[in-house]
Amino acid sequence: MTDLDERTMLLAKCLRCRYGEYNAVDDISIQLKKGEVLGLLGPNGAGKTTTIRMITGNLAPNAGSIKICGIDLLNEPQKAKARLGYLPEIPPLYFDMTVDEYLRFAARLHRMEKHHIPQALETCKQRCGLMSHGKRLIGSLSKGLQQRIGIAQAIIHDPDVIILDEPTVGLDPNQMREIRELIRELGKKRSIMLSTHLLLEVESVCSRVQIMHEGQVVMNETVAGLKQQGADLETVFTRLTQQSQEMH
Amino acid sequence: MLFASPLAWILLALIHMLLAWFFLGRLDAFLQIQPQLVQIENPPGFTETIVTPVFAMAAVLLLVLIPLLTMRQFAEERKNHTLTLLLSAPVTATEIVLGKFLALIIFFLGIIGLIVGMCLSLTAGGELDYGLVLSGALGLFLLVCCFVALGLYISSLTAQPALAAIGVLGVLLGFWITDMVTDDHQGWVHFVSIFKQFELLNNGLIDTFSGAYFFLFTLFFIVLTVRHLDGERLHG
Repeated sequence: MTDLDERTMLLAKCLRCRYGEYNAVDDISIQLKKGEVLGLLGPNGAGKTTTIRMITGNLAPNAGSIKICGIDLLNEPQKAKARLGYLPEIPPLYFDMTVDEYLRFAARLHRMEKHHIPQALETCKQRCGLMSHGKRLIGSLSKGLQQRIGIAQAIIHDPDVIILDEPTVGLDPNQMREIRELIRELGKKRSIMLSTHLLLEVESVCSRVQIMHEGQVVMNETVAGLKQQGADLETVFTRLTQQSQEMH
Repeated sequence: MLFASPLAWILLALIHMLLAWFFLGRLDAFLQIQPQLVQIENPPGFTETIVTPVFAMAAVLLLVLIPLLTMRQFAEERKNHTLTLLLSAPVTATEIVLGKFLALIIFFLGIIGLIVGMCLSLTAGGELDYGLVLSGALGLFLLVCCFVALGLYISSLTAQPALAAIGVLGVLLGFWITDMVTDDHQGWVHFVSIFKQFELLNNGLIDTFSGAYFFLFTLFFIVLTVRHLDGERLHG
């Protein structure tokens, strides 16, 4: 194995997903290296969420292969999923649990050993700024805090790959900044993939960006590379996602 | 988690209050007819006149209670979008379904335990027929297994907890009515009626056929639930 292969945490090849006649995702490949934050951009209905659902094992692709840390997701789903943290578009929270109960449940669900959980719970709460809310009921907390609990749930088992589906939707500017800081911090040691349609968010947290449109990847470029070319992400985005719409 | 919510406690209190009332009613009736019973040869003991009807009543109450608890299991998880959490975790669909099944069974074992305990209080005034009590409790337990498995399956079909509850209640009431329209020990309907199988056990007749029936019924719906969850992942 070459050095490059070892650093590849997520490798999805030629993914396809059809809903009846409609190709939601058509031949998409995604590669994610260690320490990379990948932004998946695209207009609504471009297939971002479908792609993410396939990568997290919630939806079986019609064709293609997915490898997480070299483990095939389709053949060994249990082993592959253990290396993965996932925050869906709507955070999967039980409103009648307290924050501690919920995070402990998430840790057990990801098969963490019992004696590691108290330590992991503390680190995870500290990271997500939930230290003083451990005993509160999730249902009584604000949307920003709930979003942070969602992220906490995705990182408590210390996964190598973290996948976040629109993590800052519906948050106020302060909360957005906090979440972005958290993502940057997490991205130093792990690989993160986040989907969004906020261009500013990609520029501020991501190291690489892929733009999706109508089920296909229309651009794959590092943020630094874009800056070097002097290209403005907004112009690129508009050009790529509106051009083909006019063709129809 | 079930015990952290008031729902479980309220249900436990309610079912026990109703059964205790029924139990006292039966006890009262027994005491009234006792003088006449003594004159009959080989009279029915108080296990037959009190415990068996209490168990039969418990079966009917469970019929109403079980849909209330099973409806939440998958339908509510789906409605609150928490099912994704379970499906993306490193657990198989079988483990999810069996986990939920066992959790409910343990809860209902508690209810059955309380009912049996209430009947055991009769030992203060005489000797119980323990075989009959055990057979009836076994019947209740197997009946609960079937109801819960069916409830989980119907709950896995929908995202509306109320719909899931009504669905299970409808099917269970269907079974009950099937049982009422069939004459004793006659025809094929007798063989497919789940309540008739329970009645046999409740009357102290432990039959391999009943055991197989309950086991296959439970297994069938558990397998269907697992298949449904897996199928959803495969076909979107």
